[in-house]
Amino acid sequence: MQEGTTQRAAADALGDSALAEAIGRGDGAAYEALVRRHGGAMLAVARRLLRDEDEARDCLQEAFLQAWTKIDTFEGRSALGTWLHRIVVNAALMRLRKRKRRAEESIDALLPEFDADGCRIEPAWQMDEPADSLVQRAQVRELVLQSIDRLPDDYRTVLILRDIEGYDTAEVAQMTGDSQGAIKTRLHRARAALKKLLEPIYGGELT
Amino acid sequence: MTTSSRSSKGRLARLMMKMPLMLTCREVEAFLIDYLEGTLPRAQRAVFDLHLRMCRECRDYLAAYRKSVELGRAAFARPEDPVGPEVPEDLVKAILDARSREG
Repeated sequence: MQEGTTQRAAADALGDSALAEAIGRGDGAAYEALVRRHGGAMLAVARRLLRDEDEARDCLQEAFLQAWTKIDTFEGRSALGTWLHRIVVNAALMRLRKRKRRAEESIDALLPEFDADGCRIEPAWQMDEPADSLVQRAQVRELVLQSIDRLPDDYRTVLILRDIEGYDTAEVAQMTGDSQGAIKTRLHRARAALKKLLEPIYGGELT
Repeated sequence: MTTSSRSSKGRLARLMMKMPLMLTCREVEAFLIDYLEGTLPRAQRAVFDLHLRMCRECRDYLAAYRKSVELGRAAFARPEDPVGPEVPEDLVKAILDARSREG
């Protein structure tokens, strides 16, 4: 027990490269350090993409197991957390592809409106308050999270990968197997639909 | 989507949108993502900027669109806990057990 604790403490102190090397040598304490160091952030990623606690937990197990078996592919060009993040995202996307599609509302009704001359129909908004301040109000934050949740999976996934997880269009296209043009179109429609769902905020209804 | 409603845009602005080299709001919508990603050629960008200067509806739309992206980021951010939530201990154990079975 004492020896195990000492090994874990030593592994906890390792930097990314040394930790990866130790895992590559089959060091269980180093693997545990990896799980504890990055598990929380990675669980949050899986939850955001899958929206189901059981699936997020299964996804995390799968992803860490892959990290264990594929640790030799970590080349140290990015941080270990970044490398792991990509594994978790890929595992979650695989699950989303296999998942039976839930009944989704069409996104079309949430897209911008134009009149017969091609002129935009858009009310005037009051939006001086910064986003960071707005989300301090529980009902604003709740509306934003619920609105993202309402988007059809294909759109929600691209929005989360681009705007929340910070991947660029080329990376998202590579992960989803779609063209970059398709990703850009989907991202734009997802943002436009989200904007429509958030209009109560811009109209001052949630003050 | 075309509706039977009418934009609040004034008559003069409507006429200007139809002049050569001008974009309609619908055309602005089609190029918006390229504009935001900075991939529009310089000349097209200038035409786009001109439309925005003249069109209150597109300016308000773009501001709300950008704010929606910011709100999405802000809603998920946890400044009080930048590394994310703790992994539940039973999940850590399940992950470690799965690795032990793998060998």
